[in-house]
Amino acid sequence: MDLDNLITMANQIGDFFASLPDHEEALTSIAEHIRKFWAPRMRAALLHSLDTPDSAALKPIVREALTLNRARLEPATV
Amino acid sequence: MDLTTPNTAAACGKSSCTCASSKPIPLSDSMPLQDFDYGTPQSLSETAVTLDIDGVTVTVPAGTSVLRAALESGVNVPKLCATDSLEPFGSCRLCLVEIEGRRGYPASCTTPVEAGMKVRTQSDKLQDLRRNVMELYISDHPLDCLTCSANGNCELQDMAGVTGLREVRYGYAGENHLDAKKDESNPYFTYDPSKCIVCNRCVRACEETQGTFALTISGRGFGSRVSAGEDQAFMESECVSCGACVEACPTATLQEKSVVKRGQPTKAVVTTCAYCGVGCSFKAEVKGNEVIRMTPYKNGQANEGHACVKGRFAWGYATHPDRITKPMIRKSITDAWTEVSWEEAITYAASEFRRIQGKYGRDSIGGITSSRCTNEETYLVQKLVRAAFGNNNVDTCARVCHSPTGYGLKQTIGESAGTQTFASVAHSDVIMVIGANPTDGHPVFASRMKRRLREGAKLIVVDPRKIDIVDGPHIKASYHLQLRPGTNVAIVNALAHVIVTEDLLDETFIAERCEPKAFLQWREFVTQAENSPEASAAITGVPAETVRSAARMFAAGNNAAIYYGLGVTEHAQGSTAVMGIANLAMATGNVGREGVGINPLRGQNNVQGSCDMGSFPHEFPGYRHVSDSITRALFEDAWQVELQAEPGLRIPNMFDAAAHGSFLGLYVQGEDIVQSDPNTHHVAHALSSMECIVVQDIFLNETAKYAHVFLPGASFLEKDGTFTNAERRISRVRKVMPPLAKYADWEVTLLLSKALGYEMNYAHPSEIMDEIARLTPTFSGVSFDLIDRLGSVQWPCNEHAPEGTPIMHVDTFVRGKGRFIITQFFASQEKITHKYPLLLTTGRILSQYNVGAQTRRTENVQWHDEDKLEIHPHDAEDRGIHDGDWVGIESRAGNTVLRAVVSDRMQPGVVYTTFHFPESGANVITTDSSDWATNCPEYKVTAVQVMPVEQPSDWQQAYSRFNQTQLNHLHNRQTAVLDGATAK
Repeated sequence: MDLDNLITMANQIGDFFASLPDHEEALTSIAEHIRKFWAPRMRAALLHSLDTPDSAALKPIVREALTLNRARLEPATV
Repeated sequence: MDLTTPNTAAACGKSSCTCASSKPIPLSDSMPLQDFDYGTPQSLSETAVTLDIDGVTVTVPAGTSVLRAALESGVNVPKLCATDSLEPFGSCRLCLVEIEGRRGYPASCTTPVEAGMKVRTQSDKLQDLRRNVMELYISDHPLDCLTCSANGNCELQDMAGVTGLREVRYGYAGENHLDAKKDESNPYFTYDPSKCIVCNRCVRACEETQGTFALTISGRGFGSRVSAGEDQAFMESECVSCGACVEACPTATLQEKSVVKRGQPTKAVVTTCAYCGVGCSFKAEVKGNEVIRMTPYKNGQANEGHACVKGRFAWGYATHPDRITKPMIRKSITDAWTEVSWEEAITYAASEFRRIQGKYGRDSIGGITSSRCTNEETYLVQKLVRAAFGNNNVDTCARVCHSPTGYGLKQTIGESAGTQTFASVAHSDVIMVIGANPTDGHPVFASRMKRRLREGAKLIVVDPRKIDIVDGPHIKASYHLQLRPGTNVAIVNALAHVIVTEDLLDETFIAERCEPKAFLQWREFVTQAENSPEASAAITGVPAETVRSAARMFAAGNNAAIYYGLGVTEHAQGSTAVMGIANLAMATGNVGREGVGINPLRGQNNVQGSCDMGSFPHEFPGYRHVSDSITRALFEDAWQVELQAEPGLRIPNMFDAAAHGSFLGLYVQGEDIVQSDPNTHHVAHALSSMECIVVQDIFLNETAKYAHVFLPGASFLEKDGTFTNAERRISRVRKVMPPLAKYADWEVTLLLSKALGYEMNYAHPSEIMDEIARLTPTFSGVSFDLIDRLGSVQWPCNEHAPEGTPIMHVDTFVRGKGRFIITQFFASQEKITHKYPLLLTTGRILSQYNVGAQTRRTENVQWHDEDKLEIHPHDAEDRGIHDGDWVGIESRAGNTVLRAVVSDRMQPGVVYTTFHFPESGANVITTDSSDWATNCPEYKVTAVQVMPVEQPSDWQQAYSRFNQTQLNHLHNRQTAVLDGATAK
């Protein structure tokens, strides 16, 4: 999958939920959205990039949401 | 044709009908050719009036005309200028009656009933008067009944018979109109002035029913003649060819050319249009298996007897020579096609899918359902993908149009659908149209809206272009917020800001019906200065005062309704804008009754249906997430197979995955992704990377040029099933001819499924709907029998609402309390730059439909035979562009060439085009920018530069070569040598 595209999409999701006053709620919502709507290979590619410099463009709130919820978002089998 | 008994029973069929029939009769497959005409419109009054007609006591609603009261009780008072779709006119003087206690002979069409009235419909004097009227008519009318196209279906003929006309004492030597020339300019109907009786029905239909006001009567007295435009030919006038005048005309004056050529039809079957999301009910009038004409069905709840040029006339594509009727396969897209038997094609497709899964994994293939096929068919395709493919890689065209509606409305109000009926607009006081062009995209609904506007309702239009509804015949928008593309959320926030800060909220509604915490958070957000009209003006380009006035008007309206379209959803913030719209409706208490609501104008005939049927990678039928174990268990039990809990790939994700080598097989039913999806280079590259593409369609479309298996599809005239329109209204589609390629689309899906090892057994589409009903709570009461009985039904239809749900969220929202959601504005990544200083937006027009596969193969090309680029005079002048020049349009995705139209409908900085012709390459320029929540492409915002050019673009030249090559592969196809068993 095109990682740049995935990061752009993830950042857009982050932008939307960042407007929630409750930071915890924002983090959960970002993770939930990705879990519900992103196919496993997309989630795997994004999560994998967390550990590499390829994800430098990822917004902090998104990185935080993904890191906190990594286990839940990691696909069982790809 | 029997006129002695009013066919009241067959004419109604709704259990709520107030006509005089004793009980509704189910719509059988074959209908009477002529529906009974009650003379004047039905009154909706709740007060009853009792009167006496020819000694018989009759009770009707107050406001009913004497004529209608008589007709409803079986007394056929003669009439010519009266028809029940139009207000009475009183010109023909045939419907005269005698009323005790009143002088003279009043026209019964213009006389309302009164309690205790005593009416006599026949007497010597009335007989004389009526016969004299007929005598005058026939003194100036051709006497060629036997060879006239209206023979057997002519009201003038009928009235001559009823009034007992025997001779015309004036003789025929005097001045007359018999030499008047026919106007054949319209490709679908003829206007023959020599047969016109100047009853004015056509003029009134164009005014009242359609709202275009293209017709009038020019001249006076004997010289009166119907005039289109200013005594122009129909094609040169403002006529939009909706056919309302043809439908209203009592003689052969306005007649379908197909009837002139082929004669009167002999059978009628009620079905539903396969074009837009209005879902008009039509009577397919046939002779044998040949369609003679499609006439709008009076009792269709969506359209009530009206239609537009597409559904009414542009149905000839179904029998166009381009129809492919035999399956074809090829190993590679550089090969010519080979015609094969159905068995061979299906076996090949199935074996290829299994081979690919064996090599690349279970998730390496997927399917796209058609929003033009029936509910039963889309249900089967998503079932095939889930049960036979074993994954959730299924999606539908809603992805590129209203998927943000699905997401946004589910979040705010709990259901992915519009809240009202179309008829609800008749109760609106303020109508806000955002990002929709109803006169072009939903014409029959627009006619309803225009009628209400003429009655005094106010209109607010939010659109970058000055669309027709802003300023039309007898309608004018009070406010046109002509914003820059990509700024919807800013405008919606600004409107909300005014409503909140100027105390225009409906506090009672909010307190009762909405979540308090979410509301308070939203209110605080919207109050911020950055969301004020003054701050937004710089972003949107709309003056603050206009926004304030519009907001005040919307909030002050008793019943204020919002109608929106792809101009809202096809944006990077599409879902956000939908939620913003829901916020506005909730904030002003405009949900849960007639005349208000959140109304997405859904595009295709069955896009609502395909969404309902679970054609989504993340949802089962009924909008339930695939990870929901209870729902999944229900389907696993019914389908006897294990189902995946993870969401699958959406269409744009499929392309990305294909380009990266993890998605290699696709089953596409009735969808042309190569032409309709954005960033054509990317789509073409993705498809070229796949190993097996199976296209099921009625024509060799752009996607099929990249395919390996072609399965010929069936048009809506060739199958049984149901469509669901934008009102959640499920209506029947009824077969009028056998499928040209032998199988209806649902049968093909069954064949494929069986070949994949997952056999599904259904003898008839009604059984598929029965299964859907068993598995989907919002559909549990739906069945073909119910639809036949009621005519149509709006879901939810279950034990809470056994006859369906016209208006939703009446007492509570589907999710309980409505949820306000904070909608912060973010500019799209598509920004104008020095290199690309203009914004391109796209849209549709009346005569062509979407990718044009159907309409390009009809005479509708006479109205629009190429896509053009509309550009504002300032921008054109800056670049030396004149009307009709070839211009190159370039974006970061690609470039193409179109002819320019200089138009002040545009605003400086914004250009516009349509996407009906593949060679236009409109989507070569659109980008992969898409909605954050659903990946709905941002078709409405692309940064471009426009310059005059001398020749077609590189892409167009390449496309032209590729297209020609692929057409050669089709023309040179090996015809199969088939044995008797498998030959068609």
